[in-house]
Amino acid sequence: MEVIFLLIGVSLILAVTFLWLFFKAMKDGQFDDDYTPSIRMLFDTHKKSTKDQSTKPKSYE
Amino acid sequence: MSSTSNSTATQCYHCGENCESDSLKIEDKVFCCQGCKLVYEVLAEKDLCDYYNLESFPGESQKKRSSLRNRFDYLDDAETESNLLDFKNQEESHVTFYIPLIHCASCIWLLENLYHINAAITFSRVDFVKKKVQIKFLHDKISLKAVVELLSTIGYEPKINLSNLEEKPVHHTDRRTITKLAVAGFCFGNMMLFSVPEYFSETALIAENFRGLFNYLNILLALPVVIYSASDYYLSAWNSLKQKRINMDVPIVLGIISLFFYSLWEVLTYGNAGYMDSLGGLLFFLLLGKVYQQKTFATLEFDRDYKSYFPIAVTRLNQDREEVIPLSKLDVGDVILVRDEELIPADALLLSSDANIDYSFVTGEEIPVPKRKGELIYAGGRQSGEPVLLTVQKSPSQGYLTDLWNNESFEKEKTGLLEPLSNKISGVFTWTVLAIAAVTFIFWAFQDISLAIKAFASVLIVACPCALAMSTPFTLGNTLRIFGRGKFYLKNAAVVERLALVDTIVFDKTGTLTDPSEATINYVGEPLTMETEQILKSMVSRSTHPLSNRINAWLGPIEAKKIDQVKEVKGNGIIAGFKGQKIILGSKTFANFNSDIETSSGNMVYLTIEGEEIGVFHIESGLRNGAEKLIGDLEDEYQLHLLSGDHPHEYDSLQGKLGTSMLYNFLQSPMDKLEYIKKLNQRENSTMMIGDGLNDAGALRESTIGVAVTDQVSHFSPASDAILSADSISKIPGFLSFAKDSRAIIKASFVLSFLYNIVGISLAVQGILSPVVCAILMPLSSISVVVFTTLATNAVAWKKGLLTKNHT
Repeated sequence: MEVIFLLIGVSLILAVTFLWLFFKAMKDGQFDDDYTPSIRMLFDTHKKSTKDQSTKPKSYE
Repeated sequence: MSSTSNSTATQCYHCGENCESDSLKIEDKVFCCQGCKLVYEVLAEKDLCDYYNLESFPGESQKKRSSLRNRFDYLDDAETESNLLDFKNQEESHVTFYIPLIHCASCIWLLENLYHINAAITFSRVDFVKKKVQIKFLHDKISLKAVVELLSTIGYEPKINLSNLEEKPVHHTDRRTITKLAVAGFCFGNMMLFSVPEYFSETALIAENFRGLFNYLNILLALPVVIYSASDYYLSAWNSLKQKRINMDVPIVLGIISLFFYSLWEVLTYGNAGYMDSLGGLLFFLLLGKVYQQKTFATLEFDRDYKSYFPIAVTRLNQDREEVIPLSKLDVGDVILVRDEELIPADALLLSSDANIDYSFVTGEEIPVPKRKGELIYAGGRQSGEPVLLTVQKSPSQGYLTDLWNNESFEKEKTGLLEPLSNKISGVFTWTVLAIAAVTFIFWAFQDISLAIKAFASVLIVACPCALAMSTPFTLGNTLRIFGRGKFYLKNAAVVERLALVDTIVFDKTGTLTDPSEATINYVGEPLTMETEQILKSMVSRSTHPLSNRINAWLGPIEAKKIDQVKEVKGNGIIAGFKGQKIILGSKTFANFNSDIETSSGNMVYLTIEGEEIGVFHIESGLRNGAEKLIGDLEDEYQLHLLSGDHPHEYDSLQGKLGTSMLYNFLQSPMDKLEYIKKLNQRENSTMMIGDGLNDAGALRESTIGVAVTDQVSHFSPASDAILSADSISKIPGFLSFAKDSRAIIKASFVLSFLYNIVGISLAVQGILSPVVCAILMPLSSISVVVFTTLATNAVAWKKGLLTKNHT
């Protein structure tokens, strides 16, 4: 049964870590804007990095 | 990935407006104006045409855009710049702009790809809900002014106003309550875990030597809850006691303290478990309710003052040289130049011969008022037409309108107007509980002093009004949410309780009860032939003046005649030529109309052909849709008043439509309106003021509840307690009665939680309260009260039609 002492310690450390992670995320503003990221993730990125030389509108398909 | 959608050729590729001609063309794309075409060219050059693929017609029409080159010159001013910037170091500057135009995915995409247009912009990020964009740029390579100009070129001109300049934009998101909630939740969860053996104490689930450890761990975990999470309650209770009052937080604090110290005593002296887990649960649920009640409409601003309305910079003439200066540097006596569509920043005398001032900002009336040389023009008006020169008479902070803000009613907070229901009850509650506890103590003290102490503490613990304290925030929070769905946005939850007690409603007329677009038109004069009507149609359809639009609507869908030449003289009228005849439609002097026609009311538009006087259009603003029904619904229950800044010429027609039960007051200045409300308040009335313009700002502030009506919720509205979307105005009776219902629901949930308390206290006075009973009874009562209030408010809202299925 002595293992419970160890387990309590481990569980408390885990819980405190999660609490700390939550605070960190909150400070970074993760919960300030919960709408824009849902749109942002839908943007395609293929054009941003590859600069095409042709000036004409290009059609990939 | 070229867009293959073959849209109708007449729609502008950028903004989707109908194009009058297809002369502005790039490849197969047609544009309505130079501005739209320019935006497209910039984006095409930088390879950013994905903008047009994400949404069709993502842009906003660029027709009305100011084309002045030097209008951002004030941003070069070092003081202005440092006030706007959030952060600056050797290389980088950070700035946050409010851009009301942000409305779709394309907007986000383009604004977050600014670095493609100019590499000196290193970072840009959009907050869609707040319509803000944060930009980081290298200030050695691009100036703040150039950044603003760049945004303006692509059609996203930021809104910069005076209040941005005066103080740093503060981060409104209050994260403290959430942090406290997180701490309480963390501690509560762990304490419950360590208390499990206690709940099953009879079965001796776990060896005896763990109990001590678990109890001490519980004390350790309770400390952050008592010291940190509960700190707001101590403060509030202390403040209320200082004022010799008892608010809801006093019995809560009493409960917290007795729970904590009694448990501490139990653990340390007897090695028993105490009620630490209940304490954690109590704080967790209380804070949850608080977070729910704190839900605000972050995108709406309720506390605007005049500074938000005024322009940030002004063009001053200094020895015939134009210079753009920040408004704060404007002095009395300066000569300023105000161009088309610009706001007049201070009370000033007109130096130019004519001006046309549109006071829609101030009064809600959108038809410009002609002014002559030497007349005083109040701040807040907007010039339409030729640029005018003015000489400043008063500093911007001491004008006719801004004086309102210096009135004492803006000084005081709107507190103490009404004591919340819960505060009234908590006084009685606290004294009753203390009395019961004292009697219990005395009763047991004769038999067993330690049992007496236990029973005394038990009464305080179990009577702790957690359920009582939770019914108010959850009911009001939910009510707030339901109102929000009906496009009625309240500043905070306390407004709901005040709303329930309103007995007097005061309406502003122009823009609130009347809607400029619902105009009625009377034509007096020679009958118009079909041909004349067709000519008029083609004249007015080219003008953007509000009166032209109304005549256009009145003429109906007739075909426009092709006419030779049309010229609009802004603020005066339209001249057209047809088969060699000169046709003038416009103001009396402009049309050279000499004979007087009996004028009853409203705006007049005169028509002459080749100098011959043909007739006059009378244009009266009409009532808003549903206004008659609204007054009809309200007049039985409430005292109704109407305040109007206009002449009483519309009195008869208004009375005919709105009935005689309302008290009509005309020729009210902004100050009169304020005084009127003050007088009503002195007669112990609970007033609700419904207005829209800057001239109602004083009255909105003075009334028990000020409601600002606006066509565009995100647009400017005066400081108020609530913002109502104009198309929801007929729902006001529903909102009012719903506010009353939610008050009744609070009362009902009080009864419910009293029942729990009676059960709990009856156990406690006998001294047989155990931790298990406590651990079950407390959360159960809290949760059931929360469930009851939420279900009840939703049910009532359904019944009243304020909630419908297809709301998102």
